[in-house]
Amino acid sequence: MSSRRPAAPGRGAWAVLALVLSFVLALAGCASPGPDPAATASNAPTDIVGARTPDQIKQAGTIRLGVFSDKAPFGYVDSSGNYAGYDIEYGNRIGQDLGVTVQYVPVEAASRVEFLESGKVDVILANFTVTPERAQKVDFANPYMKVSLGAVSPKDAPVTSEDAMAGKKIIVVKGTTADTYLTTKHPDFQVTKFEQYTEATNALADGRGDVWVTDNTEALAYTKQNDKFVTSISSFGSADTIAAAVQKGNAPLRDWLNEELVTLGKEQFFHKAYDKTLKPVYGTEVSPDELVVEGGKA
Amino acid sequence: MPTSGIELLFEGRNFSRLMLGLWVSVRIALLSMLFSIVLGTGLGLVMNGRSRVGRALSRVYLEFIRIMPPLVLLFLVYFDLTKVAGINLSGEVAAVVVFTLWGTAEMGDLVRGSISSIPAHQYDSARALGMTELELQRHVVLPQAVRRLVPLTVNLTTRMIKTTSLVALIGVVEILKVAQQIIDANRFEYPGAALWIYGAVFFIYFIVCFVISAFSRRLERKWALS
Repeated sequence: MSSRRPAAPGRGAWAVLALVLSFVLALAGCASPGPDPAATASNAPTDIVGARTPDQIKQAGTIRLGVFSDKAPFGYVDSSGNYAGYDIEYGNRIGQDLGVTVQYVPVEAASRVEFLESGKVDVILANFTVTPERAQKVDFANPYMKVSLGAVSPKDAPVTSEDAMAGKKIIVVKGTTADTYLTTKHPDFQVTKFEQYTEATNALADGRGDVWVTDNTEALAYTKQNDKFVTSISSFGSADTIAAAVQKGNAPLRDWLNEELVTLGKEQFFHKAYDKTLKPVYGTEVSPDELVVEGGKA
Repeated sequence: MPTSGIELLFEGRNFSRLMLGLWVSVRIALLSMLFSIVLGTGLGLVMNGRSRVGRALSRVYLEFIRIMPPLVLLFLVYFDLTKVAGINLSGEVAAVVVFTLWGTAEMGDLVRGSISSIPAHQYDSARALGMTELELQRHVVLPQAVRRLVPLTVNLTTRMIKTTSLVALIGVVEILKVAQQIIDANRFEYPGAALWIYGAVFFIYFIVCFVISAFSRRLERKWALS
């Protein structure tokens, strides 16, 4: 009986399979299909992969910094297509002081550690909060910013202290630092949890709660836009620090960053960066010292 | 001051950035489709072939790719290939490799389906008419299989264009990422901009996919059996 299956005798099948594999491998080896600097920053040639010392970076003439491209006011892209924000101010200064050009690589929160581990960037400057879990995978430099909790309440009924929250209806977003803090520190408080930020802010606006507890940066940005509310407590709870991170074991680069922070501290660099990038968003309700860290000393 | 945010589309270089982002998406998708069609045809023939080992291997490959989320494949090729083997691909090349791996599997299965959907009696009739195996393939199987493949391939292409939004995670800025950048950079002054910017992106995706579908319908009409 003749087979109804067409073509491809045994040997041919193997040849085709081999062809498939070789095509894939050939593709893997070939270069980028076309340079397009504006749209794909990461496509520029990346010759050396892995941890690079400051000297190697100077020699190469380019430093690759992983930053957020959509987290205003820390790292974002403006309407001209240029990177801007608090993290970017720092990044530009690092490039300037190393005497190299800066190549910004857009990263996502979920891929920050991977970018460092694979050596595709030299430094992550993407509003990276220092945590013990992350410190096992990357090496953090000293901090350049700190975040703690803040409380938002109506202007005509402000909740001005942590103790005053007892008996009040408190709003938090599930899974945030605020949620964890209140649950562990004040299990007796009356807390309503919401899934999303917009739900929490809507509840606050509707009067379903007396006070909203969240990161103080979020709180400040919100009250700057909403006249009826104030950031009645601008920082409380445990403070988290935000720092640059390098690949695990890249001590030369980390040490350079730490020395750089000391130098920058002398000229109050981060206060200037704050005035330029964060003040327009957070307003004058808060002293910059509650957010900015100079000289790497939180 | 109530502002809608639609004007953001045309502020500064925003519109040309969106278009550049679109070009990145389309370039990755079309290049991957090109490779996928070539390699997938080969794979489809193997899947229909006589070699049992070839059929088994191609089956394993297809199932492997189908089970693996594309995002995992992207991370494997972009990050782990560098970590483990020291092969450093740019984000876009990694994306083309991953989408080709995926497209080849899907294309292979489509080719297999299109060929095996041709009824056995056509083979028998062709042979009864005295056609050689080659003529049978050339005049009977191929024309019908290709005709069946056109809408399926177009469907895969549009799916691929939409899936390219994942490449933002490996640092490639495509249209959806540009949209998020525009929305975020203006989130304090234009809190309602998301609706307009995402709306524009939806419209742009629609136009691109519509053009491709229209092209496919034309081909189908042109090749229709009269």
